[in-house]
Amino acid sequence: MASKAPRHDMPCQDPIVRGKNFSEVALGYTVETAAEEAKRCIQCKKPKCVEGCPVGVDIPQFINKIAEGEHLEAASILKGKNTLPAICGRVCPQESQCEAQCILGVKGEPVAIGRLERFAADYEMANGTSKLEKATPSGKKVAVIGAGPAGLTCAAELARKGHAVTVLEALHVAGGVLMYGIPEFRLPKAIVQKEINSLKDMGVEILVNQVVGKVTSVQELLANGYDAVFIGTGAGLPYFMKIPGENYNGVYSANEFLTRSNLMKAYDFPNHATPIKVGEQVAVLGGGNVAMDAARTALRLGAKDVYIVYRRSMTELPARVEEVHHAEEEGIQFKILTNPIAINGDENGNVKSMTCLKYELGEPDASGRRRPVAIEGSEFDLPVQTVVVSIGQGPNPLVTTTTAGLELNKWGNIVADETTMATSIPGVYAGGDIVTGAATVILAMGAGKTAAASIDAYLMTN
Amino acid sequence: MYKVVKRRQLADIITLLEVEAPEVAKKAQPGEFVIVRQNEESERIPLTIMDFNRDKGTITIVIQEVGYSSNLITRMQEGDSFVTFVGPLGQATEIENYGTVLCIGGGVGVAPVHPIARGLKEAGNKVISILGARTKDLLILEDEMRAVSDEVIITTDDGTYGMKGFVTHGIQSVLDQGIKVDAIWAIGPVVMMKSVANFTRPLGIKTIVSMNPVMVDGTGMCGACRLDVGGETKFACVDGPEFDGHKVDFDLAMKRSAFFKNEEAVAYGKVKCQCAKEGK
Ligand SMILES: Cc1cc2nc3c(=O)[nH]c(=O)nc-3n(C[C@H](O)[C@H](O)[C@H](O)COP(=O)(O)OP(=O)(O)OC[C@H]3O[C@@H](n4cnc5c(N)ncnc54)[C@H](O)[C@@H]3O)c2cc1C
Ligand SMILES: Cc1cc2nc3c(=O)[nH]c(=O)nc-3n(C[C@H](O)[C@H](O)[C@H](O)COP(=O)(O)OP(=O)(O)OC[C@H]3O[C@@H](n4cnc5c(N)ncnc54)[C@H](O)[C@@H]3O)c2cc1C
Ligand code: SF4
Ligand code: SF4
Ligand code: FES
Repeated sequence: MASKAPRHDMPCQDPIVRGKNFSEVALGYTVETAAEEAKRCIQCKKPKCVEGCPVGVDIPQFINKIAEGEHLEAASILKGKNTLPAICGRVCPQESQCEAQCILGVKGEPVAIGRLERFAADYEMANGTSKLEKATPSGKKVAVIGAGPAGLTCAAELARKGHAVTVLEALHVAGGVLMYGIPEFRLPKAIVQKEINSLKDMGVEILVNQVVGKVTSVQELLANGYDAVFIGTGAGLPYFMKIPGENYNGVYSANEFLTRSNLMKAYDFPNHATPIKVGEQVAVLGGGNVAMDAARTALRLGAKDVYIVYRRSMTELPARVEEVHHAEEEGIQFKILTNPIAINGDENGNVKSMTCLKYELGEPDASGRRRPVAIEGSEFDLPVQTVVVSIGQGPNPLVTTTTAGLELNKWGNIVADETTMATSIPGVYAGGDIVTGAATVILAMGAGKTAAASIDAYLMTN
Repeated sequence: MYKVVKRRQLADIITLLEVEAPEVAKKAQPGEFVIVRQNEESERIPLTIMDFNRDKGTITIVIQEVGYSSNLITRMQEGDSFVTFVGPLGQATEIENYGTVLCIGGGVGVAPVHPIARGLKEAGNKVISILGARTKDLLILEDEMRAVSDEVIITTDDGTYGMKGFVTHGIQSVLDQGIKVDAIWAIGPVVMMKSVANFTRPLGIKTIVSMNPVMVDGTGMCGACRLDVGGETKFACVDGPEFDGHKVDFDLAMKRSAFFKNEEAVAYGKVKCQCAKEGK
């Protein structure tokens, strides 16, 4: 039976070589490998994998097309449920979603659904002629605030229904975290821009340099001819540790560090004018995907020793397994069960070290994870010149604080109905990280899609 | 595209540009700023809105050449365009009738003080402006400031024009006349704002300064612009740029803006040698 074949590895750039460049780490399946991997799928009648996908991609169907060599067909099946497959195939936490449910995973290894998704999407980008189906205009106008995955997906779905959509984005390029956060070596920016261009081809208008809450407001948009508004402004507000020394030079938020490198291309300084500075020793605080990205970026910018400093143990690291694995291969050092209590600077205010405490795991806490407890007398100094704080982000406040009547929860996230994404204001919908707090690309897309369906229904009845 | 429609050289290294940006002009208020990129490779840099014309849809900025990016911008001519010109950003000045106010501008800082002085004057305040410069040739916008002030005091470090000394000498001269000052706005180099704040702290006069840390996005997303204000971390781009001068940690702010000094020198060197080649 086909399922006995082992799962096919993803070819990757050599760890030593890639630690010095910003090119994509994972190289993608060849046509032959993709076909072999696709044939591992046993085409379940009741595919469990689909239940694990937040947008319900028709997984066995698209995989079957790859097995048959009908790659463009495979891509079009994917696009039926997922507007950005080249992106999701790269960054979805598949191991905890679709692949976690794959029946082959019970006794062996699941089908590499994400890798196949990436393969089909890349194939289409390279060989396909994207056919535009322009819908008949409905005469309705919708404003979408924020051009991250939530906003872009919502815009695409609405355009398909014939509504005129304008996306307003604060930065000078669209894409949200896909452009400023996730590094080039994990998600090439050209791919993101291709996906965005296909939205433009569908007739979606994307206006950059528009900070909603300052240059216009939700109420003004509604008053000025937009029939509905979608808010997808994301979780971009960086949290700091609130420990002494956090404002010394050399302490960056992960957002600043990654934005300088990705969006502003500081790795190409001085050809691009935005500078970035990393010391020989770099500490990254936190253990999520963002921390892994920051650590691997620091390495590529020339740091000698890069430490992930994390309070719990390796098993509790919230980052994707694949990312941790790639980071370890590249030589990132994990200082687990360690937490900083102060950042120390020199007379010029530049970071010179970090004072840390060692921890051990105690009783389980409310989250069910064993609580880290500081070991008395374990204080030590870690010499570092750069610290990247990567302990999470809160909701972007510019829209939420300038929209009267918009209900927020105690963390400042927008309260939206789970099934419709409707907010407390009629005609105003929200989704993605601004509602859930920092989550995933595919969940943001799912929310954008759900909201588009409700907005369509709202527009057709109002 | 955001086209330069007027250019005026105010002093040797200080240039005024009036730029087409109708959406920004519609909403701009005194105290706010824009973030600009000159071309696709440029960094995002913040500049205060010096004036706005809602009918023409233009924003006026005044920029002093201090490094690579400001050099690119001061070299722009009428008809050239910025690729990014986003705003208005930051919190607007709290304009109300305080009574008698001092509007202090040092160097290029006179430009951002101008709309504030005008706003305060329109709100019914008695406005005394103090303009400081190193030397007479570097003094900018004197006529514009006279038009929006009840009285103008000029100080130059070298005594080539007005009173010899610093802007704090100007404040002293106002107090010496027995005038009761209700509030002060001071914008200029960080050292100047620090000395004004130190001067007025014991006198208990409300003193607002406009901070100019390094910024990236200008929307509260990166934290590059953070300052220590009264022991709390604040983001200048969304919480400011104006803050209570008696609470700002100026020394930290100065250290933070020197962080990229070496890198900036590399970039500036690049443009300088390009200019030399082009014979400029
Ligand atoms: C470094 C990093 C790595 C990550 N890695 C992964 C991963 O591997 N896999 C995964 O699934 N998820 C990952 N995530 C999480 C994922 O990127 C987010 O969950 C997702 O991008 C959220 O999408 P969104 O559309 O809600 O918001 P965002 O992507 O944050 O987009 C919001 C957009 O709104 C704009 N905006 C904000 N305020 C305004 C305003 N006032 N006016 C106009 N526009 C505004 C912003 O500029 C931005 O472009 C990562 C996140 C980061 C930061
Ligand atoms: C809210 C705000 C409003 C501003 N308004 C104006 C304005 O109206 N007109 C104007 O000319 N400038 C203004 N600035 C300062 C301006 O943004 C900087 O001068 C500019 O970014 C310098 O870029 P550069 O590449 O030319 O110089 P760089 O090469 O970056 O710097 C050259 C030198 O200037 C110092 N420096 C760098 N950035 C700053 C800064 N932000 N403040 C003080 N010193 C700095 C560096 O330490 C270095 O010594 C403002 C800054 C802020 C934050
Ligand atoms: S979108 Fe994500 S979860 Fe869904 S099938 Fe693709 S990789 Fe799996
Ligand atoms: S569960 Fe696994 S084997 Fe079954 S259809 Fe899905 S991918 Fe194929
Ligand atoms: S400039 Fe990025 S948060 Fe202020």
